[in-house]
Amino acid sequence: MMTQNENLIHFLFRLGDNSLILGQRLAEWCSKGPTLEEDVALTNISLDNFGQARMIFSHLAEVENNRKTEDDYAFRRNEREFYNALIVERPIGHFGDTIARSFLFDAFQYHFYKELTKSNNEFLAALAAKSLKEVQYHVRHSGEWVVRLGDGTEESKEKIQKSINDLWEYTGDMFTTDAKIDALTNDGIAPDYNLIKENWVKTVEEVLYRATLKKPEDSYMQNGSLEGRHSEFLGHLLGDMQYLQRAYPNAEW
Amino acid sequence: MENATMTGQELFDHKIENDLKIEPKDWMPDDYRKHLQRQMSQHAHSEIIGMQPEGNWILRAPSLRAKVILLAKVQDEAGHGQYLYSAAETLGKTRDEFIEELQSGKAKYSSIFNYPTLSWADMGAVGWLVDGAAIVNQVSLQRTSYGPYSRAMVKICKEESFHQRQGYEIMAHMARGTEEQKAMAQDALNRFWWPSIMMFGPHDGDSPRTGNAMMWKIKRETNDDLRQQFIDKTVGQAELIGLTIPDPDLKWNEERGSYDFGEMDWDHFWDVVKGNGPCNKQRIKHHIDAHENGSWVRKAANAYAEKNG
Repeated sequence: MMTQNENLIHFLFRLGDNSLILGQRLAEWCSKGPTLEEDVALTNISLDNFGQARMIFSHLAEVENNRKTEDDYAFRRNEREFYNALIVERPIGHFGDTIARSFLFDAFQYHFYKELTKSNNEFLAALAAKSLKEVQYHVRHSGEWVVRLGDGTEESKEKIQKSINDLWEYTGDMFTTDAKIDALTNDGIAPDYNLIKENWVKTVEEVLYRATLKKPEDSYMQNGSLEGRHSEFLGHLLGDMQYLQRAYPNAEW
Repeated sequence: MENATMTGQELFDHKIENDLKIEPKDWMPDDYRKHLQRQMSQHAHSEIIGMQPEGNWILRAPSLRAKVILLAKVQDEAGHGQYLYSAAETLGKTRDEFIEELQSGKAKYSSIFNYPTLSWADMGAVGWLVDGAAIVNQVSLQRTSYGPYSRAMVKICKEESFHQRQGYEIMAHMARGTEEQKAMAQDALNRFWWPSIMMFGPHDGDSPRTGNAMMWKIKRETNDDLRQQFIDKTVGQAELIGLTIPDPDLKWNEERGSYDFGEMDWDHFWDVVKGNGPCNKQRIKHHIDAHENGSWVRKAANAYAEKNG
């Protein structure tokens, strides 16, 4: 028998991990951006994501009532205990790969948080209101880059189209739900993922059209993240991220 | 007594003598302009290359709080690089030209960034010592004679003092942590101490450009004076957190009201300046790689802007 609390905990892991892992990926761009301005923009978005993750993990500890800290959640869990969508753990690749991933995911986050503002859970509604302002900027930033790269040079068009094509099979997983999340949706706590998907498709189609790019055909979609099944890439990301906490478990930083 | 009959040189001399700022449109001697171009671009490059040794620990920061503080700090450095390039561009060279000089090795950056960051304690040492030394220099440069440089320094100093406190906080925290943390903190101090005090440059007698720079009031205090200020304020900070400065000759000189300290290894300093430090090649390669990897993106952005006005 699932309780609402268990469902909420599961949902909070999903949200917190999405932000944490994307934040960590974007931080990899520090000192590697194509311009100084873009370096700062990507790491700003990384900081917003870490901010969201911290807010969510702090609340998670209250809900779990287990005296854990935000750092316990980030640094002391294994691969199979992470519930982020598969797309956020993809390696950063070249700038086009990063932008394509960001756009596909930011568009999701935007519509997700927009719906989540209506949640009857007070924390989630407040988180959504705060995060919506941030992700609105994120999707504008990544969307404008998709347009610039798509409608830029032949080389950039080819690159960004390939990036989008390559990432497409990971987009289905963003919208996947399970019995726990469905129950929360029924209770008015989690948003309606079908509606988010409809809105997401509209945003993606509009931006790809402006970018003179083709929307990939829906084919096989990867999945498994809600059960903690990930790509091999996540373990390496965690290896870096958790190194000090794991190597010196008794130290405080 | 500025008036219309003064020549450019006279007006320049008058301004320098009266501590008035030289502005981009003012006449200035060629050597003054060249000196500033060299110094300001070197300063900008230092901010940008300085992102790398700290960037090395962002992904591995030991807490989320530490991670966001470090990431925000490295972003501030990118921002400082931006102001400084803009300020330097007022002297008639473009950012692209400055970057080209950096990548070809014609322009230098602070040698301190040619040392590797080997443990988390190095994030403390870099903030506390490297930013600490930079602040002493930059506070002095707030009074530099070139207007845009002086204003950039005022803005940058505010953020730098915040960085320095953050670095010291990391050091202090580790110094009172586990035995392993304490050892990391001492090791970081051991490795960064001498390179940090050499950041101020050679002794005044061995610094050929100091004379003109002081005369033009580009520099307001000499290398040795600035170094002494830094050492005097840092020794007590180390003692307070129980760390030992790795200099057996360091001792308080009652008469001077300052610390005496041991001689620096200038052969090593010049080796690093000439490109033989542990990370010189790595730092420049990283910069060039990022620049080249971004080339197609910049071209696309330009092409898009041209098409769409």
